[in-house]
Amino acid sequence: MGLSTIGDNQVARRVEDEIFRSGRDLRGTGFRTLMFGALAVSVFILAVLIVQVVVDGWPTLTGRFGDFWSGTLRSRSSDEGLGISQGLKGSIWIAAFVALFSFPIGVSAAIYLEEYAPRNWLTNTIDIAIRNLAGVPSVVYGLLGLFLFVKTLNGGQSALFAGGLTLAILVLPIIVITSAEAIRAVPSSLKQGAYGVGATQWDVIRTQVLPFAAPGILTGTLLSLSRAVGEAAPLILVGAITGRLAARDSSLIDQLGERFTAMPIVIVGWVRNSGADEGFGPAAGAAIVVLLALVIAMNSVAVLLRGYFEKKRG
Amino acid sequence: MNAEEIATDDSVVTDMADAVPATTGQDRGFVAEDIVFDASDLSVYYGDFRAVRDVNMLIQRKEITALIGPSGCGKSTVLRSFNRMNDLIPTARVEGNLLYRGVDLYDPRVDPVEVRRRIGMVFQKPNPFPKSIYDNVAYGPRVAGRKKGLDDVVESSLKKAALWDEVKDRLQESAIGMSGGQQQRLSIARAIASDPEVLLMDEPCSALDPIATARIEELMAELKDEYTILIVTHNMQQAARVSDRTAFFSVEVDETSDRRTGLLVEYTTTEKLFSNPDDERTENYITGRFG
Repeated sequence: MGLSTIGDNQVARRVEDEIFRSGRDLRGTGFRTLMFGALAVSVFILAVLIVQVVVDGWPTLTGRFGDFWSGTLRSRSSDEGLGISQGLKGSIWIAAFVALFSFPIGVSAAIYLEEYAPRNWLTNTIDIAIRNLAGVPSVVYGLLGLFLFVKTLNGGQSALFAGGLTLAILVLPIIVITSAEAIRAVPSSLKQGAYGVGATQWDVIRTQVLPFAAPGILTGTLLSLSRAVGEAAPLILVGAITGRLAARDSSLIDQLGERFTAMPIVIVGWVRNSGADEGFGPAAGAAIVVLLALVIAMNSVAVLLRGYFEKKRG
Repeated sequence: MNAEEIATDDSVVTDMADAVPATTGQDRGFVAEDIVFDASDLSVYYGDFRAVRDVNMLIQRKEITALIGPSGCGKSTVLRSFNRMNDLIPTARVEGNLLYRGVDLYDPRVDPVEVRRRIGMVFQKPNPFPKSIYDNVAYGPRVAGRKKGLDDVVESSLKKAALWDEVKDRLQESAIGMSGGQQQRLSIARAIASDPEVLLMDEPCSALDPIATARIEELMAELKDEYTILIVTHNMQQAARVSDRTAFFSVEVDETSDRRTGLLVEYTTTEKLFSNPDDERTENYITGRFG
């Protein structure tokens, strides 16, 4: 230390008065506590929910998981063959529909809107319309699917393809919006740099825009996939059922035209039946755990893919 | 039409040179065959707003031409009209004539993509692509459809950009980790790799420290042997150090609408512009009384 030592003169004491902590930042602390409280409440509710279904489903999950996995819908909960195989199959089909229809159409639409379409009243209207569509209650999509796919295309007969297409349409706006946001976030300096060395617009989209936007696009798509897998309301309208399903060994193409069910429908059905037949309660709990695990797995893939692509783009 | 054909077509070049209204000092030392750009009464608009008006300039081959002036004088706008980068702004449009080697750059038959391959651009902020150093330099040739001999193009471009020795052992590493000065030289290498005739540089040193700036300036002096360079700079000393000719742009403010329009005040050899300018506004600017 040089010429002065700590707190040895009047100037130092005056400066101490000024710069030492004077009491707590009450409002800041209060705000922080409030925020923490909000977080704690949401985590608590979620935890209670998860614990509840896991406890309910535990005997089924540990006692007869293999049978439960491969079993089918039954009218009595005591039936040995009770299980979720039909629900799982339907849900996987729905995910496939979303991946095959919504992903390419949604991403292409987003690219067109962001990169090609001129900014005018028409594209602005389309933009707003897509945003509104993303907020439309899912039941409305169910009505659309009922009219368009079940009544018009399939003569009033419920079929797997109708459910798949309905959910594909349901998540389409979400995919368009998230992809458009990801594309819009591509730095213009990258695009200009590419144009500056003689890249065409397609070159720029292919080599700069899509690689940079890939993490955002993939995250959005996978999140909407899990949304589609978890939806029950529109499927009820297009006629997903909880019994009288066709034999299990029909071909892939035939399955598309058959009656179907899906995990959320199975869960709804069992919960409803648990009033009359208490054994359906634990079965519903176990099915919820399986669905949750499925959704969490998909979201984890989204996170991993995002990390991979972000690392790749540097 | 390719550049050689145009260059040997004397009649076109002579006609074009004759047609240009003489601006101050424009006639000094221009060789008609070596005129790369000929702007006459060039104005650039953004929608209804005229950002720059009535630019008359000749650009001589294998020289460094500096565009200087206060903020908002439209010098970057003019620069970007020289390789049709302004096309990317939907409302931008150009009036007047801009000939590149005797061809109207804004002729509807002109492909802006081909223009930008011949007239490369280096930007203010270094903008390496999030790819490897190699892929950055090879980008231009690749989008032009070239697949063979990329190694040689990358090496020679990096050498010309005075970057080879620093990066030759890590060509496959990401360009994002380089220093700002290296990134800017990489941008120059990337532009060179497309084998352009002209390099447009939009304030290439404004984001760099003095040492990195000095390296870029040295590099420009070397590149002049092979390329025609136009540089926009805020830094008058830089213009004085590196350029052969300097164009001074200024702003006029419309009192009623408060809109600012850029204009070319004086264009002559750098030596004359900085020692004995004809226009009072130029003198005020370079002596620091304005701008």
